[in-house]
Amino acid sequence: MPDTQLREVRQPKAHDSAIKQITGEARYIDDQREPAGLLHCYPGKASIASGKVVAMDLSAVAAAPGVVSLIKVADIPGKNDCSPIFGDDPIISEGQITFHGQVIFAVLAETRDQARWAAQLAKVEYEEEKAFISVEQANSNDSTVLPDYQMGRGDVVVDLAKASNRLQGHLEIGGQDHFYLEGHVSMVEPGEDGDMLVHCSTQHPTEAQHQVADCLGVPHHAVEVRIRRMGGGFGGKESQSGQWACLAAIGAKMTGHPVKIRLDRDDDMILTGKRHEFEASYDVGFDNQGRIEAIDLTLLGRCGHSADLSGAICDRAMMHSDNAYFLPSVAIHSRRLRTHTVSNTAFRGFGGPQGVLSIERVMDHIASSLGIDALEVRKVNLYGDEGRNTTPYEMEVFDNIAPELIEQLEASSNYQNRRAEVVEFNRKNKYLKKGLSLTPVKFGISFTATHMNQAGALVHVYGDGSIGLNHGGTEMGQGLYVKVAQVVADSFGIDLERVKITSTTTAKVPNTSPTAASSGADLNGMAAKIAADEIRGRLAEFAAGLFQASKDDVRFENNEVVVGTERLDFTDLVKKAIFARVSLSSTGYYKTPEIQWDVATGTGKPFFYFAYGAAVSEVTIDCFTGEYKVDRVDILHDVGHSLNPAIDKGQIEGGFIQGMGWLTTEELKWDDKGRLRTHAPSTYKIPTATDTPDVFNVDLFKGDGNRAETIYRSKAVGEPPLMLGIAVFSALTNAVVNATGRMPKLNAPATPEAVLLALRDGDYLV
Amino acid sequence: MPSISLTLNGRSVSGEVETKTLLVDYIRENQKLTGTHVGCDTSQCGSCVVHVDGKSVKSCTMLAVQVDGSEVTTIEGLATGEELHPMQEAFRQNHGLQCGFCTPGMVMSAVDLVAGNPDISETEIREGLEGNICRCTGYHNIVKSVQAGAKAMGG
Ligand code: FES
Ligand code: FES
Repeated sequence: MPDTQLREVRQPKAHDSAIKQITGEARYIDDQREPAGLLHCYPGKASIASGKVVAMDLSAVAAAPGVVSLIKVADIPGKNDCSPIFGDDPIISEGQITFHGQVIFAVLAETRDQARWAAQLAKVEYEEEKAFISVEQANSNDSTVLPDYQMGRGDVVVDLAKASNRLQGHLEIGGQDHFYLEGHVSMVEPGEDGDMLVHCSTQHPTEAQHQVADCLGVPHHAVEVRIRRMGGGFGGKESQSGQWACLAAIGAKMTGHPVKIRLDRDDDMILTGKRHEFEASYDVGFDNQGRIEAIDLTLLGRCGHSADLSGAICDRAMMHSDNAYFLPSVAIHSRRLRTHTVSNTAFRGFGGPQGVLSIERVMDHIASSLGIDALEVRKVNLYGDEGRNTTPYEMEVFDNIAPELIEQLEASSNYQNRRAEVVEFNRKNKYLKKGLSLTPVKFGISFTATHMNQAGALVHVYGDGSIGLNHGGTEMGQGLYVKVAQVVADSFGIDLERVKITSTTTAKVPNTSPTAASSGADLNGMAAKIAADEIRGRLAEFAAGLFQASKDDVRFENNEVVVGTERLDFTDLVKKAIFARVSLSSTGYYKTPEIQWDVATGTGKPFFYFAYGAAVSEVTIDCFTGEYKVDRVDILHDVGHSLNPAIDKGQIEGGFIQGMGWLTTEELKWDDKGRLRTHAPSTYKIPTATDTPDVFNVDLFKGDGNRAETIYRSKAVGEPPLMLGIAVFSALTNAVVNATGRMPKLNAPATPEAVLLALRDGDYLV
Repeated sequence: MPSISLTLNGRSVSGEVETKTLLVDYIRENQKLTGTHVGCDTSQCGSCVVHVDGKSVKSCTMLAVQVDGSEVTTIEGLATGEELHPMQEAFRQNHGLQCGFCTPGMVMSAVDLVAGNPDISETEIREGLEGNICRCTGYHNIVKSVQAGAKAMGG
């Protein structure tokens, strides 16, 4: 459909639940009316990181007030596993403890309070074993969850030796807690025939369905997983919601009662995985302009005690360690380290941010060593024409708009003048120093596991001309539901208000992929459009028959059907169509074309296209305290032709602040016993309204739309903006360079403490 | 068990509560008003903010018995019939929400924060909302919403 005929798509429509959310009417799982006889489940946790349970006395737990039953590992009727792929995540430990906080039993009680308190009364004896907590401990002991992997091209050893200049460096990159405001929650209602209706706060209903069915030992058809909305997900509810649904389902099966489980915030932080910590080491050769000639990069990922999604996450880190830059001779090594900590998992960007940050550190390091502005180094390294347009995994960068986008942002942010002002400011001020940085993002869109790039939808047209819409994507605040509804409304030329968005459920659309990888609108929007267009085709044919016209002359616009000079209300057409026995329900199915990946060679076209963006950040640091302020941020981001510019801008703003939080204030600390010491917002610092930049300009890039054939030429927007936050980290690095004249050993997150140490310790890289 | 009576969203309610029952649990479980959310259980995130005698409080930090004789307003009591409160309207118009989980607490905090101060500055808004965490929006549209809401509420 040409853009001129779009009425809803491209409009800044409000989030579909906006009114319900501001009046308190929107129901999250914990807000649903509780069924009669509901029991509450709460897990009991291991208090060591590594070892065996030798004795477990649960008599005090069982005797506690309100306790109805206990769930022990032997009570699991089917498979004791809630892993996404590898079968290595027990729902309840079978005696071997692999991280502090691991579930060793669960309690069912009349109230949540009673279950929580009772769960703490267990007397457990352990035989402790050696625990690897840090990246270093795991790496030096070759403790891994999956085999090492490499990709690259050229003879890096030879090319590095020939390089005009050469540098080595190392960067530690911290993890990040998702801190979705709504913690993990599931409520399970048992039905007849052993069926279970599972309300689960999950981005991956199909996986939760499989896990619940498998742990109960029933066919998948016996389990329906339903989710209307989540209070945030960010990847944390992709593979790690299933465990809580499974526990509740086992409890429901044991007792015949409905069961709910909602983790308390501290437990949510202790018991569920986070963004992977990484350590990056590089050896880079470059010419006198800073153009990279060869690079050898090692990425160590801290995966935690099980594999979870770490394989794909570490792969994506590797595939993004080029970011927007051409690396002629390159070797990227990845290790997937096993530690005795909670299993790290998907988080907005899925490893990509760690890869991008690594190469951006290399840019800053090169610039500092040559004494030139890092933006110049970044520019000479950008992907370009033939000969400089293939990634380390041999995909052609066919849609490279980075140079143009950077040029526009450089001008609109007044970068060059401000660079001069920063120099001047730093000359005049001894104790306050400014830093300025422009960093780009190029992010590959598609699941790197090719089979996951598929989606289904189900559209019904009812007799009154209203539409029921369902698809496999889940709503976690990102505005997916309204975007897909806009697409469907335009297929029928009707008002958005006539489209009813219904809860995601495995009973309507089966075998779905998770809502992840920024792919929600790309995949589900396309599937829904295919379903809607199928029905529209049937209606068009019917209308053509009514008016003795050709099907191609039928138009759907302004809630009417127009055939030549004839007009008919959409509802009237629908009524007539039903009377004439035309089917007005259809499924739609979409799979992303073109993509493929060869694991053996580490080459292919894993992404359908790339999304681009760039940010300029200016910071001021206080050299006495290490404290700093983000003075100004300018963002230019590419969303193709936007489906909904208001929603997209919200994603960019929120993604940027979340990325900035990851690299500045959000610090996860484990002690040497493997206990997470930062398990509440009191000690784990999420950005608040005062932590945002003083000046914050966000614009959408005005280009020719997505060059790949996506839904109305839009681009995915969920993850890419998170990496715009790297501009702040890079500006802080620049400020320290400006203060000391040397490249600092500044690790992420660059907390005020880390900045102070970088300023003070005199331990410079080169 | 002590018994309490209060005015909840303009309605008189009374009944027995356990002394240890938190106000948030009383609101959500006893009164079935689930617009008030629990995000952290430990007085840090602000999802549970309600008004007690016109002042915003974190209802996970107060006991139900403490509101005996008070007037309590939750997010459900803010609109007048079908007509949204100006602050709610401002959040809708300025896209001041994404997942919406923080929104009720954010709106309740904002209403108290700007009361009688239509020209409240951006800095005052940001500082006033420090006790309300939003993980989705990056606060940009929330601050815009609160500014617009303050104007609409007038002096
Ligand atoms: S739940 Fe009350 S402040 Fe977080
Ligand atoms: S909108 Fe999701 S936490 Fe604020």
